[in-house]
Amino acid sequence: MATAEEVAKAAERRDVRDRWLLSAPALLVIFLAATGPLLIVLVYSFLTPGSYGDVKWQFSPEAWIAVFLERDIFDDTLSVAAAHVTIFLRSIKLSVVTTIATLALGFPTAYFMATRSEKTRDLWLFLITIPFWTNLLIRTFAVLQIIRNEGIINTILLKLGIISAPIQILYTDTAILIGMAYVYLPLMVLPIYASMEKLDFRLVEAGYDLYATRFQVLRRIIFPMVKPGVIAGSILVFIPALGAYVTPSVLGGGKNMMLSNLIELQFGQGRNWPLGSALSIAVMIIVMVALLAYVRNAGKSGVRHG
Amino acid sequence: MAKNFSIKHQPGFTAIAATCFIVLYLPIIVLVIYAFNAASSTSEWGGFSLRWFQSAWQNTQVVDATLRSFQIGSIAAVFSTIFATMAALATTRTAPYPGLTFKYAAINQPLMVPEIVTGVALLIFFSRIKIFTGYSGIGYLVAAHTAFCIPFAYLPIRARLENMDLTLERAAADLYATPWKTFRRITLPLLWPGILAGLMLAFVISLDDVVITEFVKSGGQDTLPTYMLGQIRRGITPEINAISTAFLLLSVAIVTLFFFVSRKRD
Repeated sequence: MATAEEVAKAAERRDVRDRWLLSAPALLVIFLAATGPLLIVLVYSFLTPGSYGDVKWQFSPEAWIAVFLERDIFDDTLSVAAAHVTIFLRSIKLSVVTTIATLALGFPTAYFMATRSEKTRDLWLFLITIPFWTNLLIRTFAVLQIIRNEGIINTILLKLGIISAPIQILYTDTAILIGMAYVYLPLMVLPIYASMEKLDFRLVEAGYDLYATRFQVLRRIIFPMVKPGVIAGSILVFIPALGAYVTPSVLGGGKNMMLSNLIELQFGQGRNWPLGSALSIAVMIIVMVALLAYVRNAGKSGVRHG
Repeated sequence: MAKNFSIKHQPGFTAIAATCFIVLYLPIIVLVIYAFNAASSTSEWGGFSLRWFQSAWQNTQVVDATLRSFQIGSIAAVFSTIFATMAALATTRTAPYPGLTFKYAAINQPLMVPEIVTGVALLIFFSRIKIFTGYSGIGYLVAAHTAFCIPFAYLPIRARLENMDLTLERAAADLYATPWKTFRRITLPLLWPGILAGLMLAFVISLDDVVITEFVKSGGQDTLPTYMLGQIRRGITPEINAISTAFLLLSVAIVTLFFFVSRKRD
């Protein structure tokens, strides 16, 4: 005869087994069409490029060397691959600036939304949610129409006589920056708002009772309390900005490449799949580092954030 | 100190917020206005006209791409929602068990990887399978879309489940309902708003995807966004504005529905 304890244990084991069976389809699809192929990319980054794209199954560290270094075709000496380094630095710089810009704009916006009355808050949230779910390509295209030479900004400035020739914004780094800040702004506002909504304004009041200035209240009371939201927002903006493909392709023209365009090039005209793979893994590593920093930071502030 | 001292006030914040909302909507409004432009340039206003909507409607490439988008989107949304519902049932309302954290990480993994990396990975993987099986149909796109839609469908379903306690299900079991009957008659109706929200989210996410589709698609498998990207790169006509406007309208309709479904608390 089984004891009650054994029966309970068996039931628990069955429950865990059922739960694995239930989650199996989702895990399987994600493994086959998202996670698993990443491992293949890692393998490909150590192979030799084939003459017509794809790879030859022959080990070679060349792709990884080529990420940052260039081999001279005559004397085989290595030198820094200036083009790649420039693109890496530009991508990181543009992503960081985008994150800062969206934070500078998004923080006050989230604060504004959170300090509205309960009823109107939903409306503001809705207004932020709509661009968030609107096709990113369409929003990028909308920015393109505003900033191009015949666009509304240049037309108005020309008509007012402030400028005599259109300002070239399109196809510059500035254009990519404006575009990314525009499309990723809701990603910054939403998590900050989520933290801000729970803010206890009695603490703010206590601050003022103790003769704090507005800025001191902001810096010493409000900011520390919504920090998890700020960090979450920064991560949510930084990751897609670093891998941004649509915005630089549409607003940056052909010359101002970001990492994703460089990767695409290797799988297209470049016909160097191992290099493209190595570059992809490099992007993944930067993202991982950013995520780890986030996890450690979130852990330190002692607040769990979904 | 001022008479009406508001503790919630921060200097300049309202102005910045107002700027943000205007800046967020202005480009979209301009885009929509120019969709109704009679002129064939996107800079001169030539009067009101629906000609670009008509020309988009008669453009077989646009119609094809739209139908393909809907086809992929609906199949991927249905499958990802079913799988996400099952996964949510398996990962909520339980004491921690071995593998639970792994499941969370695995389900959310597609959100953590830049799309370009997933795109490249699938390009490599599927090109191998294509050579191996000779199949180059739409199935690859459906599989890819289903995978990256799962974490989005999972979000509202899990949120809904976590707010449902087990009392009713236990009561049903006490009254000798089979597990399937309990699920069918108790869990599913209660969970339904979450499932609907997940389904809509997944559909919108699939419909919006550019990057992964761009890398996975074979020749002649353009979806509406990849078709538009190609056109925008070549030079723009108000036809793109018209397509964008129609697309926007659809997105706004779905998001509005989603907003009401997911906000409803009963």
